[in-house]
Amino acid sequence: MSEPTVADTRRLNSKPQDLTDAYGPPSNFLEIDVYDPQTIGVGRNRFTTYEVRMRTNLPIFKLKESCVRRRYSDFEWLKNELERDSKIVVPPLPGKAFKRQLPFRGDEGIFEESFIEERRAGLEQFINRIAGHPLAQNERCLHMFLQEESIDRNYIPGKVRQ
Amino acid sequence: MSFFGFGQTAEIDIVLNDAETRKKAEHKTEDGKKDKYFLFYDGETVSGKVNVTLKIPGKRLEHYGIKIEFVGQIELYYDRGNHHEFVSLVKDLARPGELSQSQTFDFEFTHVEKPYESYTGQNVKLRYFLRATISRRLNDISKEMDIVVQTLCTYPELNSSIKMEVGIEDCLHIEFEYNKSKYHLRDVIVGKIYFLLVRIKIKHMEIDIIKRETTGTGPSVYHENDTIAKYEIMDGAPVRGESIPIRLFLAGYELTPTMRDINKKFSVRYYLNLVLIDEEERRYFKQQEITLWRKGDIVRRSMSQQATIAAQRFEGSNSESASAQAKEENN
Repeated sequence: MSEPTVADTRRLNSKPQDLTDAYGPPSNFLEIDVYDPQTIGVGRNRFTTYEVRMRTNLPIFKLKESCVRRRYSDFEWLKNELERDSKIVVPPLPGKAFKRQLPFRGDEGIFEESFIEERRAGLEQFINRIAGHPLAQNERCLHMFLQEESIDRNYIPGKVRQ
Repeated sequence: MSFFGFGQTAEIDIVLNDAETRKKAEHKTEDGKKDKYFLFYDGETVSGKVNVTLKIPGKRLEHYGIKIEFVGQIELYYDRGNHHEFVSLVKDLARPGELSQSQTFDFEFTHVEKPYESYTGQNVKLRYFLRATISRRLNDISKEMDIVVQTLCTYPELNSSIKMEVGIEDCLHIEFEYNKSKYHLRDVIVGKIYFLLVRIKIKHMEIDIIKRETTGTGPSVYHENDTIAKYEIMDGAPVRGESIPIRLFLAGYELTPTMRDINKKFSVRYYLNLVLIDEEERRYFKQQEITLWRKGDIVRRSMSQQATIAAQRFEGSNSESASAQAKEENN
């Protein structure tokens, strides 16, 4: 008669964790808020900007805290740059809302409060998803979008680390 | 079978001599059902009787010969017409003539070589069977009996652990370790994942067992991947310096031994896939091949050996010399 072997299931030896590592702040802190929508201009030349505030301790970002104002077309620009230059599948932006831009609407169109809030939430989700991607973090366009006062559309695209 | 009212027909069946004592093994058929078949090992003799039973009493059965074959063959599903026979033995039971009554014939295939294990997969099948045939002018009468063959191994002499540091520069560095590179089918994978750098937001980590069946050669190679197991080993975000243990019991999964380039027709290989998933559902993974082998049933171990191993589980590395002794005795 044979009996089953007693399996050796002892854990492998491992180094004990340093307590400052265990209880210290994590190295993956990255938070981006999109808030404070402001509609600028009058009549047909109005547009909405949002404040994009970033807090992080990732070494790849030059500034640990940054605050810039961006509009929807700036987010579109970022999406296009990333789709062209990086190999990642870029998440979708909230809709362009063409119908809302047509005249003779009963409401405020794209300046309707509920629409702006919907768009704000979508933009926040978009930028957080993108900024956490290791490959996107390598693109200069992302750093310019998050941490420079204004976007220079004539910039030279490239990688941040070789 | 043709019943045109004329001519004698017969039923043929094969019975093994050791049918009462021989073990049966469960084996999956092509349509996924599990059946039991007689189990044979390499070198064992296959012997038995072929019973020919005449259906119509009184009439003679004319035939061009009665034989029995032992066949081992590989069948590729996309090329069903061509069977690749790697074992083919024949025994003639009766020369062309007539049977006036039902008859039984003895056969024996002595110490038959069965070099490969029986395998039924997604695109290929390797099987062994006995086929008894009564050759006739218009149509033969034949009967097949499938058997299952298993290949056994003993503990490999060299069984190094797998230890590697991998990662994405500046984002994620881990060191993974598995205690062995060769595991038997009822073994336990013991390992650990050590985090050196964590700059992404990890949600959980799992280890998968992937089976890859490769068929065809040259330009027409086809890989079929199948995830046999998914086992979550960590839930939550790790930080630098954390060690996550792995303890994965293989006995609960449907595994076969690793089969490499069987008769130059197919391979079945197994991989451990370590997968980390971050908060945005991005997957980071590292695949590592392991070798699986089939261990024969062991002789009963002495009580003292078992007690030694059980004691080590709690004492840790104190009983290192006792563990070395136990390993040696096992080999």
